[in-house]
Parts: sequence; structure tokens; C-alpha cells
Amino acid sequence: MFEYIIKRFLFAVPILIGVNLITFALFFMVNTPEDMARAQLGAKQTTPEMIQSWKVENGYDKPLFFNGDAAGFDKVTETLFSQESLKLFAFDFGQSDSGRQISADIQERMGPSLAIALPTFIIGLVTTIALALLIVLFRGSTLDTVTMMVAVAIMSVSGLFYIIAGQVLFSKVWHWVPISGYTPGWEGVKFLILPVLIGVFAGLGAGMRWYRSIFLEEMSKDYVRTAKAKGLSDIKVLFGHVLHNGMLPILTGVVVVIPTLFMGSLIMESFFGIPGLGSYTIDAINAQDFGIVKAMVFLGSVLYIIGLILTDISYTFFDPRVKLS
Amino acid sequence: MFMATPFYSLFNPNPQIEMRIRVQTIGVHSEFKKNKVTLLVMRSFLGLLGAARVCGINVFSIWGLGFKSPIFYKAFTLLFLAYATSAVANNWNSPYSAEQVESSTIFSSFSQSPKHLDPVVSYNSNEWAILSQVYEPPLQYHYLKRPYTLEPLTLEKMPDIRYLDKSHQEVNADSAQVAFTEYLFTLKKGTQFHLHPAFVKDSSGAFLYHNLTPEALDDIKYVVDFKEQSARELLAKDYVYALKRMALRQNHSPILDSMTQYIVGLKAFSDQVTEQYKVELEATDKRAQTHYFDLNQFDISGVQVVDNYRYKILIKGKYPQFLYWLTMNFFAPIPWEADAFYKQAVLVEKNLTLDTSPIGTGPYQLVENNPNKRMRLLANPNYRLELYPAEGLAEGADPALLLDAGKPLPFVKEVIYSLEKESVPLWNKFLQGYYDASGVSSDSFDQAVSVSTSGAMNLTSELDEKGIQFLNITQPTIMYFGFNMADPVIGGYSEKQRKLRQALSIAINFEEYISIFLNGRGEPAQGPIPPGIFGYIEGEAGINSTVYDWKEGRLHRKSLEEAKRLLAEAGYPNGIGEDGKSLTLHYDTAATGPDSQSMLNWYRKQFALLGVELVIRATDYNRFQDKVRKAKVQMFSWGWNADYPDPENFLFLLNGANATINTDGSGINSANYDNPEFNRLFQQMKTMENTPERLNIIQEMLTILQEDAPWAWGFYPKSLSLYHGWLHNVWPNPLANNTIKYRRVDVTDRIEKQAMWNQPVIWPFVVVALIVIGSIYPLMHAYRRRQTAVVIANKQEEM
Repeated sequence: MFEYIIKRFLFAVPILIGVNLITFALFFMVNTPEDMARAQLGAKQTTPEMIQSWKVENGYDKPLFFNGDAAGFDKVTETLFSQESLKLFAFDFGQSDSGRQISADIQERMGPSLAIALPTFIIGLVTTIALALLIVLFRGSTLDTVTMMVAVAIMSVSGLFYIIAGQVLFSKVWHWVPISGYTPGWEGVKFLILPVLIGVFAGLGAGMRWYRSIFLEEMSKDYVRTAKAKGLSDIKVLFGHVLHNGMLPILTGVVVVIPTLFMGSLIMESFFGIPGLGSYTIDAINAQDFGIVKAMVFLGSVLYIIGLILTDISYTFFDPRVKLS
Repeated sequence: MFMATPFYSLFNPNPQIEMRIRVQTIGVHSEFKKNKVTLLVMRSFLGLLGAARVCGINVFSIWGLGFKSPIFYKAFTLLFLAYATSAVANNWNSPYSAEQVESSTIFSSFSQSPKHLDPVVSYNSNEWAILSQVYEPPLQYHYLKRPYTLEPLTLEKMPDIRYLDKSHQEVNADSAQVAFTEYLFTLKKGTQFHLHPAFVKDSSGAFLYHNLTPEALDDIKYVVDFKEQSARELLAKDYVYALKRMALRQNHSPILDSMTQYIVGLKAFSDQVTEQYKVELEATDKRAQTHYFDLNQFDISGVQVVDNYRYKILIKGKYPQFLYWLTMNFFAPIPWEADAFYKQAVLVEKNLTLDTSPIGTGPYQLVENNPNKRMRLLANPNYRLELYPAEGLAEGADPALLLDAGKPLPFVKEVIYSLEKESVPLWNKFLQGYYDASGVSSDSFDQAVSVSTSGAMNLTSELDEKGIQFLNITQPTIMYFGFNMADPVIGGYSEKQRKLRQALSIAINFEEYISIFLNGRGEPAQGPIPPGIFGYIEGEAGINSTVYDWKEGRLHRKSLEEAKRLLAEAGYPNGIGEDGKSLTLHYDTAATGPDSQSMLNWYRKQFALLGVELVIRATDYNRFQDKVRKAKVQMFSWGWNADYPDPENFLFLLNGANATINTDGSGINSANYDNPEFNRLFQQMKTMENTPERLNIIQEMLTILQEDAPWAWGFYPKSLSLYHGWLHNVWPNPLANNTIKYRRVDVTDRIEKQAMWNQPVIWPFVVVALIVIGSIYPLMHAYRRRQTAVVIANKQEEM
């Protein structure tokens, strides 16, 4: 397995170089270094001298991919892409165009993002699986039909509606929890209740339908009939056999998400005032801060690759037939 | 200055409204007390039930439902206990701790994270809202006086001004020989910088924290976390050092190139130190952020430290507006010790720099800077004795503004700015009393403001009953619709070209625009100078007679027929040109969102009224700016906020020397207006004092502008702001940012109102819990029946 993991990480290198290439090309197709300088220096009183000085200071005076003025190998290394990309592979994110240390910012923002994403993920997963099993338990009944209708209704409504309705109902009308805000530690639990509740609820519809179909498929298999023939109750069949076997397809979609939980949620964090990573990239794009954009795209790609590797590894735990080689 | 996010500057409450609110508050208080007693009784009862259960006494039982585990009962017990104990705690939905609410704190918000807090760099209103509480430039605007009046801040008196000729001999102010102006600044003695680790010295006299290691910073997040803190007195050299920092091009000060035109020797100094610094950076292979450059070894020829408390600045020629610049943070003092301290790489890695952790002499110190969450200001314990103004109340202002006259500032001990990116939570928290002030967004406009048939704005009854105060002021800002005068069709100075622009100026009905798109929050502009600035004239004398008539005491836009007549005289009868084709014009805009479509359609409709086809060229903001700079637009919309209350700051937007085509795109005159007569008058007017002669020249300039119509003038935006009745001494001053020190909070009133408005409603929780519990038994029953039913059916089949 170790060999497999090493191989997968090595395969990741060209992927990450490709991601960087695309990020650089797309960003500089939309923004010029002059635009970026103006965004940082302000549109007022900005002179060409100031712009040139800013470009030199931040390394944006170099060509993007190929330096025709340089000699030999420097034609490739004396470029913006080369100088900025290599540092990323050492996880040296450098500083943003506004002068802040990106690593320090990411460390500071990761905690709040996880504080909201992790409980939402765990509670959401457990709740959705539990409800899906309950529906499977009463499959074909009125409860099954009604629950599926409710699930479709939940899926049909925008997540933004749940956020605004939740804030109005739970905080403005019933005064149970703060509308928004964040405090680290246990004191901050009151700020997390509502976003987690809404996050879990908004994901219930799709999750329930998906997991229900997985469990129903399992229920029609021979081993279930055998288990029932042995006289096991439906509950024992579901929790003892179906849940275990149904985990494999669930893992496919779930484990890959785990590392990306660090990246936060844009809308949730914006509406609930959670100082996480969710809006970091979007804010940087709006501010034309390439330092942050390239760092966050790289980090997102790395986390996604880790998620995929973790998914592969998790298969071996739930299905002994799977061997990584 | 460009406005990013307003930190709401507020003005006076109407005394009559305040009296009405006081009467209402008394009634509400008695009801609140009654509710509070009921809640306490209920909470105590529930608490007793929970406590009894914890002691093992079953006061009531739910075993009847057939559960084998008492888990639900325990859950309820815990809930009851939590609820009972909450009787002594803060409101459930309060985002603050009880200590914060009970202290003299202002709770405010920001929607856009400040990018720069270095005073020589920062030039955005959202950054200045914080910086101006921390730093103190030499001068400030008087809080109450109108028109805007300058007064000393850290100075003993207003600067002594001398006019000098070329040989530096003193001459009269009116003399044609004036070549230089010398300003002498005398500081108040005893002003202290904030407590800061940069000043701390060890027993040998060396700076304790100027050579930090990473290990020493393990527990340090903000500069206030350093164990040792020290301060020192503000000296003249600190102001001069700030000027030197501004000159260093690596610091990217946005006003450096402007100031080099005025301050003697600044350009030479800037070139010298910038080059020297560059050499040092290359030699040490360091970035500017982590390499301290000792600016004290160089001097600016026109800036001189006279002694510890006096310094001089020499200006080229006469530039009276220079005093206004001295109210801005660019001229605030910086101690060299702080500059040296913050250049340590270990601090930079922790985002502790002069750009994130300011150090000033102001009434507040920034103790927490998390631009993604919260900014926290604490009152400076070493603040010198500064008193609330005892005079200068403007006409029509609330006399209550003088109730605190002569009391030491600041009143409020802490200011907390929380990040609120979305308007919905911001608005609801304001209504709950968790923010002391708020703006009025389009979403909440109908909930906040009712507009009478006469167009007057008032608070809605819901907000009025809460004791909320309403402010409506016209900003010193112009939002204009510009014509590119360099364009062969829409530009030019011939009679026909002028008439074309005049016709369009009439057709673009900004009264309608303000009504539809701004909920009435604007005032149609008559010229580039907004209200409150010298040169703006109210009433009939100040109208733009090209576009408006004055009838029955009010403005009336000229008729469409008049516009059509002008258009015909311009050579486009009914919008048809000499070539028989309909006139097509292009409007460039960066407004590309779905919300902008209705506005762009409105523009099309207005042009169509004259038979002119309007083609919208929407693009992103970068491309839009680029096209304007290169004069590749026909028409566009833009705006300008006052830097200082002088007509020069608006009329220079149309000065030919500032035209973008004359300045390689760096000029501020985006319309490329270049009228020699206007330019001549501008040069004459710009250095004059505010005298009747100056007013006459301004009027002459405005007449030229109205005739040439390089802009369709647009509107002066109005700012609507709300604040709660417990916030006192609120008076609008759009040009001053250091106004928090004057504010006072009635904490008792706020606590009572917050508690009254935020009583938790429990019944929905009980109902939901009962439904969940109630549904468990039928489910279990159904499951058992389902299991049993299958068995019986099989048995029957077997039989």
C-alpha cells in the first residue's frame, strides 16, 4: 500500500504543474500586472512610476512563461511562472499582493472553517444515513412516500433560502441563537449551532434519497434474504449487514470531501460571519490578489488529490477483496 | 477620496422625536419588568424540576409511553437546567459576552476588510474609519462647526504661516513675489504614543524587542501580547519621519507624486532614498518588508526639525489647501522605533507589521486586527487631556450636542467592529440592538423608511417605536455622467456639439433616476461642487440654467421639446443625422450584473426619447478603467468624493492640465475637458482664500461648464443612517473620521432594550420536541406490527 501511495503522490506532481499553468494563464488573461497594481494602490493619484515600482517590488515585471531577454536556461527560470510555482511545491505560499503572509492567514482561517464544516459533515452524514435506514425500514409505506416527497422538496429549495429563513426564524423571531458571529473555543458553540443545523438540513434531501437507493439496492441482494431466512429482524439486517455493505459506494462520495472541508464554505461563512477560508479565494479574485489565488488553487488541488487517495485506501478497510497495488 | 464601505457617520437627532421616544420608553420599561418577573418565575420552576431530577427525585414521569430508557427525560432535565441558569446569563442570541455588553463599548461593523493600516499607504474610507481613531495628524476638523473648520489636534495652535520670495525673504501674502510658503508647527507637550513593545528598553538602554527570535513569539498574536510595554512622548521628529517614509517609493504612498509638486526638496529626497534603499535591498537580498532602512540619516531640504516640539515645512508657491492635507493620516507621526521594530522578519511572518498593527497617539489603540473577523479598539490610557467642544454648535443642530461640553475625551472605552459581509444579518442585528448604528440598504429601505407623497422621508413606525434615530445627509460627493470631449461626435467645443450634449443632459432625467434606482437618496447636481463646499449655491441662483428652470420656488427640468429643439440645432432633428441615419452613441460601463440591466435599459429609454440609439458597452472594471484612461469611450459614469472641503478639489476634475489624454492616462479629468478660459480661471481660483472674489470666479467657471456641458452632472448622493437612542453626540461630519472619541453610550438603556427585544420564545422548541417524541411510539408500534404481520401471514400460508 505504501508503494501505491508514493506512486499516487508522484502522479500528482504533473497534475499540480498543469493546474498551476492553467491558473497562471487564466488569471493573466483577465488581469494585467498594471490592473493588479491599480487594485492595490488605489485608482486615485496613481502614477505610472508608482505602478512600475509596485510591479518590480512584487516581481510582476517579469514575463509570464518565457523570458526572451534572458540567456540559456534563465529563459525559463527567470519568469513569473517558474519563480512563483516552485515555491508552492515547498508549501511556501509567500505573501499576498497586499503584503500579508498567506501561510499565517491560512492557518488562522482554517480553524473557523473546520469548526463549521466538520460538525456539519459528521452530523449530516450520521443523520442522513440514520434517516435513510429508517426509510428503508419502512420501505413501501406511506412514511416512505411522504419522506421522499419531503426530500425532493428540501432539494428543490435554494440553500440561501434556508440560511435567511433560519436566521430570521431562530434568531430574529425566536431569539435562540446569534444571527452571525464567531468566537473560538466552547464560547463559540452558540454561533455554530445555526449554521450547522442549516447545513445538515440543506443536505438532508439529496443525502437521504441517495443513501436510500444504495440501501434498497443492498436489500434486494441474496445475503439479505439469507439473513432474514436465519430469522434476523429487519433492524439487525439493516445495521448488521446492509449498512456495512452499503458503505462502499457511500465512501466514494464522502471520503474525497474530507480534506476539502478545510477550504470552508463561501456562502455559509459570509452569512454567518465565520472568519474561515470560504471567502478567501473569492475575495482575492475580486481584489486581483494573485498571490492568494495561486496559493489557494494549489492547496485545493493538493487536498482533492489527498481525498482521492484516502478514498482508495478506505476501500481496503470496508472491502477485503480490494487490494492497492 | 474613494469610498469603500461607510462606517456610518451620523448626525443629530430631532429633539421632538427624542422627547417622544423617552415617553414611549417609560411605558415599555414597565412592561419589560413584568415580563422579566414572569420569566424568572418560569425559569425557577423549570430549574427546580431539573434539580429535583438530578437529585434522584422523579417529580413527574413519562414512563407511560413505554420507553425502557430515561434518556428523553434526562435530555429534558438538562434543557430545563440550562434554561433556568440562563436567567442570570446574557441574551441567548447575543453575539457578545455579558461583560462586553455591560461595558462602555460601541458595537459596529465592516463589510470590507481593510487592506492597509499603514498611514502613508491607506487611502480608503473603511481603513480611515479605524486609522483615524489611532493616529493623529497635526490638524482636525472641528466636530460641531459648519462650514467645516480646521483646528489644531496635536498642535498648540494653528500653524504659523510665512510667505517668502525666491531669496527666502518674507513678503506679504498678497505679494506677487511669493515663491514659497513656510509652515511652522508647534506641538502640544506631553502627548504620548500608545504603549508598545517597540519602545521597551532593557537595563543597558538597548531595545528589548528589536532583535526577536521565533521562540520569543510563541505566545504572541498581537503586539499587546508582549509582556513589556512602554511609551514615549510625541516629538517633532516623528512627524518629519512620517514624511520621509512617505517619500520612500517602496512604501507605495498614493500621495507621494502629488506632494512632490508642493513640498520643497521632497522629490530629490525621494529619488535619493529610494535608490539607496534599492541598493541595500539588492545587497542584502531582502524584501522591503524585512529590511529596516534608517531614514534619519537623510534630510528633506524643505522640512526641518526646529526643536523637540517644532518643525517646519516649506511649500512651493502658495497652496492654501495644504492645511486640509494636514488633517489626513498621511501626515500622522510615526516613531522610527516602530518602523525598525516591525521590519523584523519573525514579526512579518506573523503578519505583525506597521500595515497591520498601527501605533499612534490617538484616543484609541488597535488591540486586535483580524480583518476577516473583528477589529477592536481600546481607549488609550495615556491619552492627553482633550475636551469635548463647548462651542460651535451649527445652526439647527440639537442643543443636546453640548451636554458633554468640557468633558474629557474619549467617552467610550472600547469599539468593536465585526465583519458583516451580508446585509441581512447586519440589518437584523441592528434591529435586535446588537449594533449601535446601521446604514440603510436597498433590501431594508421599505422596512426602515416611509416616503410621504411630498417626497419627505421618515422612519417607519416600527423603528420609531424602538427609539431609533434617522439621519439623512447629502454627501460631499458627485456622481456624474461624463462625455468624452476628445470624441469627434459627442465631444468638441463647437456650438452644434455643445447643443448635442445639452440636449442629452436634459433627456437624462436624474430626478427620475434618483427616484427609481436610489429610493430618492440623492439630489440632482447643478454643477461639480456639492452642498457644504464653498462655491455651492442653493436655490435659484445656483441652478444649471441649461438643464433647469426655476418655477414656483423649485427646480423644473426643461422639457423634452426643448431638448429636441437643441438636438435639431445640433444637426440631429429627431435624432437623425445629416447622412439620414439615426444618431448612435456608446455608453461604456462596468455595471454588468443582472441588477444593472434595468438601469442600462433606463438609459436606453431616455436616449430613445430623443430618437438617439444608445449602445451599451459593458465590460469588467479593469477594461473600463483602461478605456477611460485611453479616452476610448464616448460616455461613461463616474464619481468623486471630497478629499477636503474646497472647490478646487472638485473643479480640478475638469482642469485641462489633468485631462487623461494630456497626462498619459494618469490625469483625473476623465472627460478630457480642456477649455482655456476655464483653465485660466482655475489657476486664478485655486490658491485664493474663500472670499467673495473667489466665489465670483467660481460662478464664472460654473457658467462656462454649464454651457459646455462636459458632464450631464448627475447627482449628489444622500446617505441614510440609523442609530439607536442610547448612542449620543452623533453629528455628521463626512470629512472627519476621528469622531468616535466624541460618542457616548448609555449602557443601561442598551442592556434593557436588548433584553426586552430578545426574549427567547420557547414554545416552538417544546412543540417540536413533543412531535418528535410523540412520533417515536407510533413508529415503534408500526415496526412491531410490520414484523409480526409477516410472521402471521407465513404461518397462515403454511396452514
